[in-house]
Amino acid sequence: MTLATSANSVDPLLQDIIGPTPGQQLRRRFFGHRGLMIGASVLGLLLVIAVLAPVVAPHDPYAQDLMARMKPPVFLGGTWENILGTDHLGRDYLSRLIYGARVSLLIGFVAALISGTIGTAMGVAAGYFGGRVDMVVTFLINVRLAMPVVLVALAVVAILGGSLQVVIGVLGLLLWDRFAVVMRASTLQVRGREYVAAAQAIGASTPRILLSEIMPNIMNNLIVVITLEMAHAILLEATLSFLGLGVQPPTPSWGLMVSEGKNMMLFEPWLVLIPGTVLFVVVLAINLMGDGLRDVTAPENRS
Amino acid sequence: MSQLDTPVLELRNVTKTYSVKQGLFGKPKPLTAVNDVSIKLARGEVLGLVGESGCGKSTLAKILLGLEAPSSGQVLVDGQALGGQDRLALARRIQPIFQDPYSSLNPRKNIYDIIALPLRVHSIGNEVSRQKSVREILDIVGLPARVMNSYPSQMSGGQRQRVAIARALIMKPEIVICDEPTSALDVSVQSQILNLLNELRQEFGLTYLFISHNLAVIEHLATRVAVMYLGRIVEEASVESLFDAARHPYSDALLKSVLTPEPGLGIPDTHLGMTYPNPIAPPDGCHFHPRCPSAMDLCKSQRPTPLFDAAGRIECHLFSP
Ligand SMILES: Nc1ncnc2c1ncn2[C@@H]1O[C@H](COP(=O)(O)OP(=O)(O)OP(=O)(O)O)[C@@H](O)[C@H]1O
Ligand code: SF4
Ligand SMILES: [Mg+2]
Repeated sequence: MTLATSANSVDPLLQDIIGPTPGQQLRRRFFGHRGLMIGASVLGLLLVIAVLAPVVAPHDPYAQDLMARMKPPVFLGGTWENILGTDHLGRDYLSRLIYGARVSLLIGFVAALISGTIGTAMGVAAGYFGGRVDMVVTFLINVRLAMPVVLVALAVVAILGGSLQVVIGVLGLLLWDRFAVVMRASTLQVRGREYVAAAQAIGASTPRILLSEIMPNIMNNLIVVITLEMAHAILLEATLSFLGLGVQPPTPSWGLMVSEGKNMMLFEPWLVLIPGTVLFVVVLAINLMGDGLRDVTAPENRS
Repeated sequence: MSQLDTPVLELRNVTKTYSVKQGLFGKPKPLTAVNDVSIKLARGEVLGLVGESGCGKSTLAKILLGLEAPSSGQVLVDGQALGGQDRLALARRIQPIFQDPYSSLNPRKNIYDIIALPLRVHSIGNEVSRQKSVREILDIVGLPARVMNSYPSQMSGGQRQRVAIARALIMKPEIVICDEPTSALDVSVQSQILNLLNELRQEFGLTYLFISHNLAVIEHLATRVAVMYLGRIVEEASVESLFDAARHPYSDALLKSVLTPEPGLGIPDTHLGMTYPNPIAPPDGCHFHPRCPSAMDLCKSQRPTPLFDAAGRIECHLFSP
């Protein structure tokens, strides 16, 4: 081998350069980010509670007790029997809140999953293929952006009737616009990188390039949008339920709880404040997590 | 032997036109990035391609790699039109090395996955034999086997470029298109990479198309040089004759720029002013006439035709028959 002499001389600097892998760096930044940790903890706790609702909830959320209506929560002079009091039908407020978390999280996850799949497919296709495909997708995004989400959702639910499935379906089919916009822009950026050209020159198939070269490099943006849209869907469900066109009673839903409490708001404000606060905290936690994820993954993108 | 006479790679009258939109409602205008270019690469030679930024060098490289389809003209591999060749077969024969090793390696993959990708795409061997091949090629490009588990972000520019070279060579291609493979690197590393490329060429009998801004690099490595200006090859000659006596006024200006005290790292200062013409509206006649010190009246109106002679090719009215 004529080569062995000079080409094989290993770079002496190599030892010093080997540092943490991108995965290790990411983990370090992840655990070092306070907002992200707070958001993730709150959300994680809520998830556990929602999953374990039958075990955690002190009462049956549907059991009415008309003799014990609107008992105040403990901190307003109530008893430990109903820690957060009871509603206008005497149902345990804490238990309804816990079961309501199931509804909210389910809607958040599934709606974000549906809209994420639609929006990502459209955005990635538009960004990667450009030309006609891009024109069609951009047109669809503009059409979608011209539709007021709440009004369209209200109209559809009014026609089809409110149920968990309908609400999830409507939100899933309405909230893909941000996915499409962000994924299109990220794909456009990544597809210009030389490693994509290298993969093309190797002869890699288009699905392979999309899955192993493009997707891993736009994943961080996707995760951020997923969190934002989850929060969005949860709020919209609450809005629809509040207006009486979302999840139907007696299903426990936070929006429905606010709605049912609003008649008594002046006399028993906690009926509205408790579910309202929970909603606020959950959306805040999700947004904290989304912001944190963006912070944590951004420097990687640049390097 | 006709096999030896057929160029391994040939462009015949290749033109590539992009349509560029100016402003939001502007009408798309054609931009001719590569204009009626014909070149031949003989087996085992190194054809250097020089020219200013934006003259169409990378576009030419992409056409040769089959990444861009020419608007007109033909690309021939071993005398066969490119369109007729299967994409995978082409990939086995022609591989690129790109300019920016910070952009040419997927940051989410480790070095092993990056270098083994060609073998996977082409279903060559199994995981065990692939690992062996990757070890071998890493050794050849001068990297220790343990970098296989590293990520690109953990490596220096020179090391990354070695990885890119390993990926290009693992399928033992015949032709390597090097698009400014050293211009993004530190000067100290540049010569290491150039020497490596030179050794690899001898070792594996590779044919190179070597694109560079840097004439010193071309002189060091190439056997023949093509000078490109605004999408056209204006002069083509052997390295010796071009560096001894460049005939085209543009080649001459490029060469003089190398002899100035400050060695141009990036774009050489051509002493032609910064008036690089707008490629959307190239000047009439000879594209070079607004900057040419020897321009004549004829040059403003009439485009020179290429002249082929013993020394190569020249496209300038000074050398019209
Ligand atoms: N996809 C594209 N769409 C429109 N115009 C393009 C496209 N790619 C290249 N161009 C234009 O074609 C011309 C040639 O570009 P090219 O990248 O081939 O130049 P180059 O010689 O490689 O330059 P550099 O030395 O800066 O790399 C430029 O004017 C460029 O703006
Ligand atoms: S044709 Fe005229 S303008 Fe063009 S390079 Fe020759 S002398 Fe200069
Ligand atoms: Mg270029």
